[in-house]
Amino acid sequence: MEKKRIYMDHGATTYLDERVKRAMEPYWIEEFGNPSALYKEGREARKAVETARADIAETIGARAEEIIFTNGGTESDNLAIFGVAYGASRKLTSLKTGITGNLTEAKLPAGAKNFHIITTKFEHHAVLKSCEALEKQSFDVTYINVGEDGIVNPKDVEKALRPETILVSIMYANNEIGTIQPIAEIAKVIKNYKKKKLEIRNSKLEINGKTPFFHSDACQASEYLDLNVEKLGVDLMTVNGSKMYGPKGIGFLYAKRGVKLSPLLYGGGQEKHLWPGTENVPAIIGLAEAIKIAQREKGDESERVGEMRDYFIKRLLGEVPKTFLNGNIERRLPNNINVSVLGIEGEAVVLYLDEYGIACSTGSACTSENFEPSHVILALGKPHAYAHGSIRFTLGKCNSKKDVDYTADVLKNVVEKLRSISAVNIK
Amino acid sequence: MADIKNKEGEEWLYSDKVKEHFLNPKNFLSGEPKEGEFDADGEAGNFACGDIMKVWIKVDPKMERVKDFKWRTWGCASAIAATSMFSEMVLENGGMTIGDALKITPQDIIARLNGLPPRKVHCSVLADQAFKDAVKNYRKNKERKK
Repeated sequence: MEKKRIYMDHGATTYLDERVKRAMEPYWIEEFGNPSALYKEGREARKAVETARADIAETIGARAEEIIFTNGGTESDNLAIFGVAYGASRKLTSLKTGITGNLTEAKLPAGAKNFHIITTKFEHHAVLKSCEALEKQSFDVTYINVGEDGIVNPKDVEKALRPETILVSIMYANNEIGTIQPIAEIAKVIKNYKKKKLEIRNSKLEINGKTPFFHSDACQASEYLDLNVEKLGVDLMTVNGSKMYGPKGIGFLYAKRGVKLSPLLYGGGQEKHLWPGTENVPAIIGLAEAIKIAQREKGDESERVGEMRDYFIKRLLGEVPKTFLNGNIERRLPNNINVSVLGIEGEAVVLYLDEYGIACSTGSACTSENFEPSHVILALGKPHAYAHGSIRFTLGKCNSKKDVDYTADVLKNVVEKLRSISAVNIK
Repeated sequence: MADIKNKEGEEWLYSDKVKEHFLNPKNFLSGEPKEGEFDADGEAGNFACGDIMKVWIKVDPKMERVKDFKWRTWGCASAIAATSMFSEMVLENGGMTIGDALKITPQDIIARLNGLPPRKVHCSVLADQAFKDAVKNYRKNKERKK
C-alpha cells in the first residue's frame, strides 16, 4: 500500500518542475552532441548551451560571458573562493591561452603579511571549509559574527575590511534558518572602501584597487529572491539547479567582467578554462529553464508559501511549549521554518515524523558527518541544546495548508511523546 | 507537481529491532518518581554531545537483584532504543543480579539490537554507564543507612 508523503525539505533539494523536465527531454537522446564538436550535432549542442547561458545572463542582469557553468553550488563556491585567492596571490594563468605568466600578479600592500578574506560564521560548509583550507595556505580569514537574529551587520563587514582583503563571501539567504542578508548594503560598504583605496593608490601607495571582490552564495535564494546582480552589487554569485526545481549536479558561477579567477581544474578548456570538462547539456538546459521559471513566478509563489510559513510558525510557537523560532521572523525566506524544540533531540523527531509520512531536517549532531551540531544555530549565540533540538521545515510547490495543519498536529504529539521519555527537565 | 509516495518495506537507517524500541520504548519513567519507589538513580552523557540518560533502580536487598529499572533519555533514535533495550535485558527473568547487570557491555546491547551504524556506537550507548552510576549511588545510600 502506498501512502501520501508530505515533503517539507525543499531546502535540501527539490523535485523537477514538469516544465524543466520537458525542456531537458530532447537532450538525452536526440540532441546528444558534444558542444565542442565541429559537425552538426556538436554545433546544435553548442547553440543550446549558449542559448541557455544567454537566458540565464538575461535573467540575472549579466552578460553571457559572465556565466560559468559548474556541476553545482559546492563547485561554484570553491571556484569563487580558491579562484579569487589563487588569482590574487599567484602568477595568473591567462584565460585565453592557459599559459601562466606575469600577467597581473597582485602585490601585497606594504606591511601586510598575507592576503585576507572575510566571510561569516554561518556560511554553508562549501564556503567555510574552503576558507579553512586557505587558512592553512597562509591566507588570513575573518569569520564575522552574525546577529542573534541571523542577520549580518554591514558595519561588521566594514570593520573587518583591510587593504589586503581580496574577497568577501556572504550568503544571500542562510540555508538552515532562511535569514536574508543585506547584500546590496554590504556591496555598498565594499564599494566605498574600494573608492578609498583607489584614492590612496593615487597618492602612490601600492594597493590593488580592484579588490576586494564580493561573492554571494545564492543557492537558497534563487527560488524566491531577486537575483539581479546589478541591484545586488555582487562580483561573484553562486546558483545551483537543485533548490529551484531544476536538475541536481548543475550550477553556475556569475563572475563579473574584470574579476580575476585562477582555474582549479585543467582539461579541455571549456568554460573559459575555468571549469573544463564536457558540458552537461541536458542539465544546463534544465538549469536555464528552472531559473527563468523561478524568477518569473517568484512573486506569486513567495506569497503562497509565505502565508503557510507564517501560519505554521504561529501554530508551532503557540501550541508547542518551549519552542523558539531561529532567525529573524520577517527577513527570512518565505518557505523557511526553523524552530528549536527544547528537551528533545532532532534526529528522533525527524525519524518519528518520517514514520508519519513527513520529511524534514534537523541541525542535531546525530545527523551530521562530524558529530558537530548546527554551526548556524551556535553562531546565533544559542546553547548546544537549541542546536540539537532544531528542526527545519522548508515548504514548496507540493505543500498545501492541509499539509501544514497535519504536520503541526503530528509534531505536537511527537514532541509530547519524546518529552515524556526525555531525561532533560524543561520546566 | 510532485506526488511523493512511500513504498512500504523500504530499508530504514536502523535495524527493525532499533525501530521497534525507538517507536515503542519500554520501561521508561513517566511522570516523577514517587517517594521510596526507587533506591537510587544514575546519569550519563552531556548536552554538548547531545545525549543524556537518567536511570532509576529498585533493588531486592537480599538477592541483590534489580527488581525495577526505569529510564529517561534525551537523545537520538539509537540512544532511546539502546536504553530501552538495556532495561529489557536487566529486567529479564525476574531481574538480573547487580553483579551480572554490571557486566553488560555496549557491545552486548548492540548485539541485542541487531547492530547499530558504527558512527552511532560511542555516543548513544550510555545506558550501561548510567546504570553503573546508579549502582554506585545505591551502594553509597546503603552505607549511609548503616
